[in-house]
Amino acid sequence: MFTVPPFHKLQEQIQSAGDEDVRKSLRTAHLNTNDLAALLSPAAENHLQAMAARSADITALRFGRTTQIYAPLYVSSFCTNRCSYCGFSADNKIERCMLTLDEAEAEAMILHERGFNHILLVSGEAAAKLGAEYLERLALRLRDRFAAISIEVQPLTKEEYSRLFTAGITGVAIYQETYDRKTYKQVHLSGQKCDFDFRLDTPARAAAGGMREIGIGALLGLSDWRAEGLALGMHLAWLRKNFWRTALTVSFPRLRPAAGEFQPLSVVTERDLSHLIFALRLFDPDVGIILSTREEARYRNGMIGLGPTRYSAGSCTAPGGYSNPDTMGEQFAIGDHRTIHEVCAAIQEKGFDPVRKDWDAGFQLQ
Amino acid sequence: MLKIADKTFRSRLFLGTGKFSSAEILKKTIEASGSEMITVALRRVDLNDPADDIMNVLDRKKYLFLPNTSGARDAKEAVRLARLARAAGSGDWLKLEVTPDPRTLLPDPIETLKATEELVKEGFIVLPYINADPILALRLQDAGASAVMPLGAPIGTNLGLITKFQVEIIIDQARVPVVVDAGLGAPSDAALAMEIGADAVLVNTAISIAGDPVKMAAAFALAVEAGRGAYESGLGQKSSEASASSPLTGLDFIKS
Repeated sequence: MFTVPPFHKLQEQIQSAGDEDVRKSLRTAHLNTNDLAALLSPAAENHLQAMAARSADITALRFGRTTQIYAPLYVSSFCTNRCSYCGFSADNKIERCMLTLDEAEAEAMILHERGFNHILLVSGEAAAKLGAEYLERLALRLRDRFAAISIEVQPLTKEEYSRLFTAGITGVAIYQETYDRKTYKQVHLSGQKCDFDFRLDTPARAAAGGMREIGIGALLGLSDWRAEGLALGMHLAWLRKNFWRTALTVSFPRLRPAAGEFQPLSVVTERDLSHLIFALRLFDPDVGIILSTREEARYRNGMIGLGPTRYSAGSCTAPGGYSNPDTMGEQFAIGDHRTIHEVCAAIQEKGFDPVRKDWDAGFQLQ
Repeated sequence: MLKIADKTFRSRLFLGTGKFSSAEILKKTIEASGSEMITVALRRVDLNDPADDIMNVLDRKKYLFLPNTSGARDAKEAVRLARLARAAGSGDWLKLEVTPDPRTLLPDPIETLKATEELVKEGFIVLPYINADPILALRLQDAGASAVMPLGAPIGTNLGLITKFQVEIIIDQARVPVVVDAGLGAPSDAALAMEIGADAVLVNTAISIAGDPVKMAAAFALAVEAGRGAYESGLGQKSSEASASSPLTGLDFIKS
């Protein structure tokens, strides 16, 4: 099982890196976690240009002049957890709803007509209401029409992941939110999500269950972003060693305004986010990096080709929001309100190909 | 002329279609390359969609369309995808890729052999992507592969022909054409592969991410021709020392 070192140790390791360590890491072909620590250090801030250039080169070599496109599909906002930063937290008085299978299919078809081929099914964590069976039935309805279906829901068992994989779900996103146990305890007030170790072990269960792609991440704004980046790198390296067949992605969602009016515990600027993306790209040339509509259009346009490989577009974070744009009860307010066509046009403008299909259900269909 | 299965090819440069910045650039690149065999990842296209951007730039009358199974983790998945593609009209030709490690995309030799056996039985013309393993190349040839495609270096690395020694053995032993696939980073790498006797090369990343892909495709085409010309004309032996122009000494024990 993956264990994360104490957060303060990670912070000390990062803070102790000097300019010479950064230069050495920048000259290294295969970076280890010591190199990653150096690249995340304050001393590395003087080398951001060089990191960006190398990140862009590696990204072009491994992923080409392309950016993948996907959309989230929120199926439920019910949640049994109380998490102080999240709009779906059980305490918040928001309009809640869970889509029926017919409603979810209708939402999916709207995304399909808009040109999406990769979708991410998202829900709050309320296992009694929405469990593996619902996801399985929905996947079986959708698998013929989408090239790839992923989920971002509560942690499941290995057996449930296997069952969902057989039903056509190929990817699982499960974010630790923070690798800092102290902060984790502070923001997760009650519910299953309070169990730090169970959540930390979930990517491994999903991979063991046969999932092709696992997404991990840290929610930025809870703790020290540098140490989160180092912990994420360690988690990635551990998953690579133990599940060599599994493709990996990372995401660094920055906290957005949401119901509950949680104020970030730490400020993470666009510069910090960019720094984190470049460092992770140099550390792991093959990891998919997701930059969602949490970020503004201006920033997302600027980052095309510099490290991120996958963009969401035209997102709505409330269940039923594609059929009815006036739907209330979103998880958080997004930062980029452009349609898929506008996002794709901006990607093309930058000399990149917006890729809507990069998988095929035919790999698994019996 | 190069012959694979029942088809002949004037150009010995095959082209991959991934990583291009647009379908328009891809189209111009294909034209500039002079290539007659174009491979496309089935995961990337929708054969049932008449508006598919990549399929629309491929004139099937001008180019042999070589679908590939990139992304398949095992023989079962590759075979399944190949059958679906053929049912959707992709033809009998198939570039078999079984790449269970999404990081290096190195081919699985065991599953590749299994899939080749099955697909050949079903009438496919199979061109398997393999590591530069001479014995595996022979096993695949025996299983009915129409060519073998050993890698020069892992896909998308641009490291060049780092497997040269092994590829030379494959070329020396194989009855079927040998196409050096993956890792060739510069026209000089392609020329080298052709000089040592490869029947063709397949290039993608080095062209698609070049500053000017169209010009780079033309450069590769020239390099492939140059390398082939050198091979056909018989390269002189290399020597690290000057050879003595006077008669050899030390052999006077041999009776004349």
